[in-house]
Amino acid sequence: MVLLAILAAGLAGASLLMLSAFEENLLYFYDPTQIAAGQSPAGARFRVGGLVKAGSVQRSPDSLQVRFAVADCVHSVDVEYTGILPDLFREGQGIVVHGQLDDKGVFQADEVLAKHDENYMPPEVVESLNKTPGQSCMPARMGK
Amino acid sequence: MIPELGHFAIVLALCLAVGQTLVPAVGLLRRNPVWISVAQPAATGQFIFVLLAYFALTQSFLVNDFSVAYVAHNSNTDLPTVYRVAAVWGAHEGSLLLWVLMLSLWTLAVATFSRNLPSDIRACVLSVMGAISVGFLLFMIFTSNPFERLLPAPEQGRDLNPLLQDPGLIIHPPMLYMGYVGFSVAFAFAIAALVSGKVDTAWTRWTRPWTTTAWLFLTFGITLGSWWAYRELGWGGWWFWDPVENASFMPWLVGTALIHSLAVTEKRGVFKSWTVLLAITAFSLSLLGTFLVRSGVLVSVHAFATDPARGVFILIFFAIVVGSSLLLYAWRAPSFTSRAEVRLLSREGLLLLNNVFLVVAAAAVFLGTLYPLVVDALKLGKISVGPPYFNTVFVPLTLPLVFLVGFAAVMRWKNNSPRQLLQRVGYLVPVAVILGVLFPWIALRSNSVVVSVALVLAFWAMTTAVADVFRWLKSGLGKSRQSRNIPLAIWGMNLAHFGLGVFVLGVTLTSAYSVERDVRLFPGESADIGNYAFRFDGVHEEAAANYDAQVGIITLFRASDEIATVRTEKRRYRAQGSVMTDAGVNARLDRDLYIALGEALDGGAWSLRLYYKPFVRCIWLGGFLMVLGGLLAVGDKRYRMKLRQRQDSVVDKNTLAAEA
Amino acid sequence: MRWGALVPLVFVALLIGLLAIGLSLDPREVPSPLIGKPAPDFVLPSLSAPETQISVSDLRGKVTLVNVWASWCVACREEHPLLMDLAGRNLLPIYGLNYKDERAEALAWLSRFGNPYTDSIYDAEGTAGLDWGVYGVPETFILDRHGRIRYKHIGAISASDLEHKLLPVIMELLGETG
Repeated sequence: MVLLAILAAGLAGASLLMLSAFEENLLYFYDPTQIAAGQSPAGARFRVGGLVKAGSVQRSPDSLQVRFAVADCVHSVDVEYTGILPDLFREGQGIVVHGQLDDKGVFQADEVLAKHDENYMPPEVVESLNKTPGQSCMPARMGK
Repeated sequence: MIPELGHFAIVLALCLAVGQTLVPAVGLLRRNPVWISVAQPAATGQFIFVLLAYFALTQSFLVNDFSVAYVAHNSNTDLPTVYRVAAVWGAHEGSLLLWVLMLSLWTLAVATFSRNLPSDIRACVLSVMGAISVGFLLFMIFTSNPFERLLPAPEQGRDLNPLLQDPGLIIHPPMLYMGYVGFSVAFAFAIAALVSGKVDTAWTRWTRPWTTTAWLFLTFGITLGSWWAYRELGWGGWWFWDPVENASFMPWLVGTALIHSLAVTEKRGVFKSWTVLLAITAFSLSLLGTFLVRSGVLVSVHAFATDPARGVFILIFFAIVVGSSLLLYAWRAPSFTSRAEVRLLSREGLLLLNNVFLVVAAAAVFLGTLYPLVVDALKLGKISVGPPYFNTVFVPLTLPLVFLVGFAAVMRWKNNSPRQLLQRVGYLVPVAVILGVLFPWIALRSNSVVVSVALVLAFWAMTTAVADVFRWLKSGLGKSRQSRNIPLAIWGMNLAHFGLGVFVLGVTLTSAYSVERDVRLFPGESADIGNYAFRFDGVHEEAAANYDAQVGIITLFRASDEIATVRTEKRRYRAQGSVMTDAGVNARLDRDLYIALGEALDGGAWSLRLYYKPFVRCIWLGGFLMVLGGLLAVGDKRYRMKLRQRQDSVVDKNTLAAEA
Repeated sequence: MRWGALVPLVFVALLIGLLAIGLSLDPREVPSPLIGKPAPDFVLPSLSAPETQISVSDLRGKVTLVNVWASWCVACREEHPLLMDLAGRNLLPIYGLNYKDERAEALAWLSRFGNPYTDSIYDAEGTAGLDWGVYGVPETFILDRHGRIRYKHIGAISASDLEHKLLPVIMELLGETG
């Protein structure tokens, strides 16, 4: 029957579309230690999460470019971002950035995410900060 | 004292809900009409007590009773009164109470307006809704008591999350919950159908208005949520494919499929088991949404404070409700047979295709939302599925759907020939093409093929809807007043489909032609986007009831004419020290100019984010038109007629003429 | 057709299984990697007597409870009566780790709500908290006689937590010899 054939073809097409869109758009998460060990993919977009390293935030005097470091307990990654940072961005805050690692080892971020609650820590960051046995460098919630 | 009374009221409501669940059910089994009739008073009583509990919590907020832990965590003496009332549903426990209130309201409504239902169906429906109430009330009492005390009471509360201190909070969650909860009615009717073993025209006649009402509330809630996010989050976005957003969108997609599938089942008696399955699925997705948002399983900007114990409870509840209903389905549904044939070029065929597209879209969203969880559970890493996936999949599914919508009004039941269709709507094809190509060119100098295709489809949906209304009006001329009245259902259908076209227009143009610029300006300096100039006039400080703000003033120019002055603020809420940006928007139907204040830079300069967003208002306008359409459809007089038992039969000639 | 009708049920069963696994993965349930290890050292002033320094070695020799608190922490007020209750039972010394607070406000808070602590360590910068992996306030640690962290509780202690989680650990550690 025509109707059935159309349905079947449509469903097959939709499934193919979904799966391929899927593959291309998965964003994997890496922490600074994994990046330092060279485990992150070259030339691909991915996520990095950690704490904004105290004292590392530098704003360019004449443009909207900003540099800072994202750290876990052991390593850190330098990040460059041009644009306005989210309201909750500050040193010691847990954040996640999306972008690519350039060939100089600096992470070129196109998105910086800090959630809308200063007590919130992205779970992937929590897990990565607790990963090393005997060591945990998670900060506490900010007070006043 | 009052919080304890509120708590007690919840417990009483639970007792009544248990009664409402068990007594009519037993009455059904024993054919005892007295027991069956317990359902109505039980529902009334449950509503009264839940309402009392709700008032008790509201009162605690109004008098700033910080000895109630929930009030202390979500309010503050400086919080404006209107937000103190809204803060009742600002966090988990209170919003749960709102959920339960909505549920008891719907139950009462069903109990009151369903006197014409056969008593066995009525008993079943109210019993099922009672069971759902029991689940949620137990959940509240055992894991999420909004009346828990905090002693000694702090002097000052923590304050409502600043993002929630916006008019959007006042209506978005209640509307959304009305929708979620409303699908429980369709669910209860589906269970009643499975239990009684019948899905007949009468059943669909009862189920349709309730389902459409739930659907329109959900549409309203989602549209409001999108509008609110646009205003509050400072990023100019209106949809983020965030898990919590998806949690509301999936039931909406399935709900839309359901209201259309019900039409087919009513008219031709086919797709019966499919319709019942959709009703179960829509509500299951509502419950799943509740789980996702409150259990901490998924990461989201919107998610409530998380607690695995709560997650376990909801999951068990979900398993029981959905598991048992699907078991019942597997057992009883195969007995729903129909012998009618379904052709492609017929209204049934069209609606079947509609269903397929909507369900596949829901499945795609489902996959993207839950996949990160699968990967995490299988220890394969931590991934996120972002907007690009959803957009890539969703758009190709929506566009064919919009194409099909154009045939909605003219496709008759059972059979149509291609020639007939061409006669009825063929002339609108060139109209849609011309509009679709010219409009973006005139409005935005667009010569993009993709944009034109999408707009042709949008105009196709709009013009076919308008044409249908004109056709009805024309055929009404010269007739008696009685037969001139166009059924409200026709108005509703065309308005909703028109709204869909408007929505697609807004999404297409804003997605393709929005411009965003991050700039660094000194006071007095300007930045441009196209024809518009944004002059930064400096920042000054202001203090409000519960926050301090740095207010930026921007003057907007078009060509060189001044058009407006806009304020944008960086607010620091004193209670918790949280910082939030309030964007300034100059709104017009054909474009928004949107400014968000960034941060202070060296030397007195400020960073600012500027947006030009063409036709973004059409997105919400389309949504509201769909809501209005739904409202009109529900008001159709056939639902107000005294319902007679109808045979499970093929379509009645008169209704064929009236409705197609 | 019969078996086809079971498909939705099977699908949902799988989904529920998945979600159940997902729930068990809550990252905040990950036990602290410091359990069983010696508590990280610190040398910080006492809250009540600023000239006096307290270090980890002062906590050794007895089973101790260390409670991280601050005057700005609303949830701390919730668990406070339970700490007062525990202090009244005289089972073990309770030390406070006053985290990122102002001395005057911390002392005022204690005089208002009661002081269950043998003493509080004034960690204004949060350095000790950082070393101890303090994620939020309040948190509670139980140390054994050798100064090893044996239990960590995240968030406010409820009455049930006190009776069913903390007290059993405390009693067990008190019974330990060597």
